[in-house]
Amino acid sequence: MNYEEMLTELVLKNERFIVLTAENRAAIRNLPNKIKNNFIDTGITEQTLVGISAGLALRGRYPIVHALASFLTMRAFEFIRTDVGISNLPVKLVGSFAGFLSEANGPTHQAIEDVSLMRGIPNVNVFCPADESDMMKGLPRILQCSDPFYIRYNNLKSQVIHSNFEMGSAEVFGSGNNVAILTYGTLFGNALHAKDLLEANGISVRLLNLRTLKPIDETKILEAARDCELIVTIEDHFLTGGLFSILSELLVKYKITANVLPLALNERWFKPGLLENVIEHEGFTGPQLARRIQEKLFSNKNTEYYAEWSNI
Amino acid sequence: MNKIELTELADISLKVREHIIRLTARGGCFIGASLSCTDLIVYLYKRFLRISYSKLDNPDRDYLFLSKGHDVPALYGTFAELGWLDAVRLENHCSVNDNIYWHPNRKIPGVEFHSGSLGHLLAVSAGVAIDCKMKKKKNKVVTILGDGELNEGSVWESILVTSSLKLDNLVIVIDRNMLQANMPTERLIPLEPLERKFESFNCAVKTVNGHDFNDMENVFDQFPFEKKRVSVVIAETERGKGLPSITNKADRWFCKFTDEEVDGLLQELHGNNKAELKSNTMMVR
Repeated sequence: MNYEEMLTELVLKNERFIVLTAENRAAIRNLPNKIKNNFIDTGITEQTLVGISAGLALRGRYPIVHALASFLTMRAFEFIRTDVGISNLPVKLVGSFAGFLSEANGPTHQAIEDVSLMRGIPNVNVFCPADESDMMKGLPRILQCSDPFYIRYNNLKSQVIHSNFEMGSAEVFGSGNNVAILTYGTLFGNALHAKDLLEANGISVRLLNLRTLKPIDETKILEAARDCELIVTIEDHFLTGGLFSILSELLVKYKITANVLPLALNERWFKPGLLENVIEHEGFTGPQLARRIQEKLFSNKNTEYYAEWSNI
Repeated sequence: MNKIELTELADISLKVREHIIRLTARGGCFIGASLSCTDLIVYLYKRFLRISYSKLDNPDRDYLFLSKGHDVPALYGTFAELGWLDAVRLENHCSVNDNIYWHPNRKIPGVEFHSGSLGHLLAVSAGVAIDCKMKKKKNKVVTILGDGELNEGSVWESILVTSSLKLDNLVIVIDRNMLQANMPTERLIPLEPLERKFESFNCAVKTVNGHDFNDMENVFDQFPFEKKRVSVVIAETERGKGLPSITNKADRWFCKFTDEEVDGLLQELHGNNKAELKSNTMMVR
């Protein structure tokens, strides 16, 4: 079942659900015909889109708002904060083409502060699935909960079979103690590749697919910080306000010091291009990530890892 | 309306205005904008909206949204006179121990949604109107906007959308007092010809004297003005209505007055001598 089929089934089963868009139909092309009146396209009007959703929620509806992540979270930011956030209304905001997924659109379309903006609003939660199957594992629970949620839409093909979704619980791959990689969304597959490459070089790795960045899985992150020599955060997001910031907040909160390597976009937008090219240009392919991680490990410790890493 | 009904509305409006005036000595309030829409709000709650205090969450009720928000003293004053809000609580205005402050919020029963940031509630009320229509319900949805608020682009965006959705269960009421925060609307961002603007957005528009109950009844009785169109009422009002010493004065917007000045203004409201006002205004923004 894909996203569109899930929404169709959800709406047809329970008329509480209603789908709205600001003319961003790429992922829901067949929906209007199937759910008829329970689909509303407001045109290119993100502010009105969110305001209307708040009004529908006042009447007991659970609106699912599907729009481009950049314009949904930024053009309509104040409407989300003020109309959805203050009243804690059950509106689900699905932002598509977030992070590197905006590909060649250019900086206007790059939602690389969306996690920062959305998690900063009281009551609003954040779900950033690793790929399509991860998204499909999480959505049933998230769409039916009564909290406002921002969902970073991600339909990349899955490379793994994901575990069942639990709210606020990270999915863990491996139990290594040298490196903990924390990631979410688009770059999960590349992080997984990096893990394999590092392990082939004798570096033990645990990989956390955070899934929800709010609520955040404090327990598994703190365990990783205590157990591992190096914590790496990987995200297609500005360095400020995303996962690196979440980790930093946790480390300060619990008075833990750790070696941290934040891999993100530091004070800059990314070079537009097709996804694969973007990832490579920005240094986020599996081998590039493995190299950057191993360099950091090496600079931390001197050590025997060096002998192997040039082979990656 | 007969004479008795008219007198009743006028009496209520007078009392609501007294409440508004008193709030200026309890932390201050946006007195001018509140006085301009007092008669409108009293009229709508007494004659137009079907809302029962004993069932404020009735899904079949009519809705009133106060989009401009800073006119909330008129709403609370009306609630006090309807018996929905204990008038004693108005003494808690601006106190952190109650929820009565410069903009509306849902902790006060009867308030449908919080506002204060301009240009929001037309969209929110449209969401309510859409749901009522989808369920084939007869609810009327009223949204009051200030004329200054029409500067906000989101208002016009929302009008485009409400018209495209043919929300004829929605009526937008413009409190057309010709003044925005600091100056006449026509001097800053001219809105005229306003009727034609709304008509060009495919709304059905009527203009009314926002201080004349008979005129309001005559217009609101015709709601919805046209099938499949959003109704718009341009209510011609005066900012500071009832108090000649502040009426239509651009600098009398948000006012904090002393107890003595309030006494003077209450006298003025009842047709006695004009109050002697020494306090400066423009305390905020």
